[in-house]
Amino acid sequence: MNKGKIVFNNPPKIISTYSCVGSEEQKGPLGKFFSYCSEDNKFGKDSWEKAESEMQRLALYGAIKKAGLCETDIDILLAGDLLNQCVGSSFGLLEYDIPYVGLYGACSTCALGLALGASLYSGGIAKRVAAITSSHYCSSERQFRFPLEYGGQRTPTSQWTVTGAGAFILGDEGRISVKEAVFGISKDMGIKDINNLGAAMAPSCAETIKTYFSEGEKSPSDFDLIITGDLGYEGSDILKDLLLADGIDIRKNHTDCGILVYDRKKQDKHAGGSGCGCSASVMSAYVIKKMEEGELGDVLFIGTGALMNSLTMCQGQSIPAISHLVRLSSSEV
Amino acid sequence: MNGFLPYLYAFVSGGFLCVIAQILIDKTKLTPARILVIYVCTGVLLTGIGLYEPFVNFAGAGATTPLTGFGYSIAKGVREAVDKDGLIGALSGGLTATSAGISAAIIFGIIASVIFSSKPKR
Amino acid sequence: MNKKEYTEYVEKKSKKSPIYKNCAFAFFTGGAICTIGQGLRDIYSSLTGDEKITSSLVCVSLIFISVLLTGIGVYDKIARFAGAGTLVPITGFANAVSSAAIDNKSEGYILGVGAKMFIIAGPVIVFGLLSGTIYGVIYYLAGILL
Repeated sequence: MNKGKIVFNNPPKIISTYSCVGSEEQKGPLGKFFSYCSEDNKFGKDSWEKAESEMQRLALYGAIKKAGLCETDIDILLAGDLLNQCVGSSFGLLEYDIPYVGLYGACSTCALGLALGASLYSGGIAKRVAAITSSHYCSSERQFRFPLEYGGQRTPTSQWTVTGAGAFILGDEGRISVKEAVFGISKDMGIKDINNLGAAMAPSCAETIKTYFSEGEKSPSDFDLIITGDLGYEGSDILKDLLLADGIDIRKNHTDCGILVYDRKKQDKHAGGSGCGCSASVMSAYVIKKMEEGELGDVLFIGTGALMNSLTMCQGQSIPAISHLVRLSSSEV
Repeated sequence: MNGFLPYLYAFVSGGFLCVIAQILIDKTKLTPARILVIYVCTGVLLTGIGLYEPFVNFAGAGATTPLTGFGYSIAKGVREAVDKDGLIGALSGGLTATSAGISAAIIFGIIASVIFSSKPKR
Repeated sequence: MNKKEYTEYVEKKSKKSPIYKNCAFAFFTGGAICTIGQGLRDIYSSLTGDEKITSSLVCVSLIFISVLLTGIGVYDKIARFAGAGTLVPITGFANAVSSAAIDNKSEGYILGVGAKMFIIAGPVIVFGLLSGTIYGVIYYLAGILL
């Protein structure tokens, strides 16, 4: 296998996408793009974990319906979230009689799902693949930080886990295709601050982007948008610095899902959004929409994930990170 | 009631203890939980060497409300129990002195968990 | 860039906590909570005239207020600005206990509320008692030897 860039011989198209988010995301600048917004962040359930599962269920249901397909048309589900043992996905998608693969790539899971889905399609193993990813502020907060009502102060570098889910259905029809991918290598640069995940993830993201450009004839300016998953304000600045030091300039066309999802002035979210629902909802709602409308043609999407859990944090271990890249394109080449 | 000054002393002393903790949070990598443990142990230590008692007399609730005051209660309770019951007081005194506070936190906590549920944040 | 260089670079680059503003907020909220405590102390001591009962009552009242504010979701909003000002007073301890109790209700009263109530505040009691006991032993030995 090629350890660098993978070019799909038979790239899948994105048939449909569906996103569902909570109330804070609805109030953000992208509020009107999301397919489904719930005022009730519990999504009618009695626990935050069940709420996250419900988002997964709704996202897949919506995407299948939007594509005009039915359950039996989907060959495989690739789904992931941030909860221990990926229960958000496995419990949420329990009612579907579709082969299920649980993924864990932390916040890079959305890109991982797309890259794997495209591989399965391109290799002729699956005709239609659904990739679903979610995160929930409340369930993440409980698992990784403190109880919700606990009075803590957030540092300026901390990020806010997005309550949202996004589903993509890959197959034969559609304007946008998944052309290329890079599976990242995990990288640990010694950052130990759980409130500065952007800084922990930026080096792995830079590495994956470098791998992509190292063997191609393409340069960053060939893309309409280079969008990272959830580096936030802090991590994005670091990423641009790191890449610039290697002669790759992405300052003009880079943005980050974590930056787009909340209004920095009106919403008190510090360094921006995070979580796998962040890139999943922003990509499936906003970026895909802009691509369908023709505003964006060629997009590099790099999902960034921090691979720690609360035990490794308590043990004082530093935070390894991983970044996966997919190239989405609405052009024929 | 003895005038305005005790309130000023309580305000300034309590505020001062919080500022020290804030500086520790912002300037070092200490997590809040660690800082609270340091505060309680410091309270015990300062009481043990006889420094906290005068501070309590001066600052009143400004010295007893912060968690150093929790350490002060433990140390004072231990000392009184050792005076009264001997060595076993080292084990019984701390919890006895702080029992009302700890029980209150537990009981009110349980009641709160029955009445309230966690809410989404913004 | 190696790990050490990178962590130093991040250290320099990252946005710093606004320490003066944080300290000012911590000072005023912490001071205010203690002043409320002082007020309660004066009221209870004029009612009961007993110092021990008074300090227990003050402590219990502050804990009650804190648990109530935690339950209605106000304490964490204040704490976002107050930082150590709401952390260090006994109200912060009560907030840590009650927030864990409320939050873990979804896992049931025994394994959720009961088992996880002290998940944050536990160390304070554990190490408070440890240091208290050490102090008691030293105090006892000093009493015999000196």
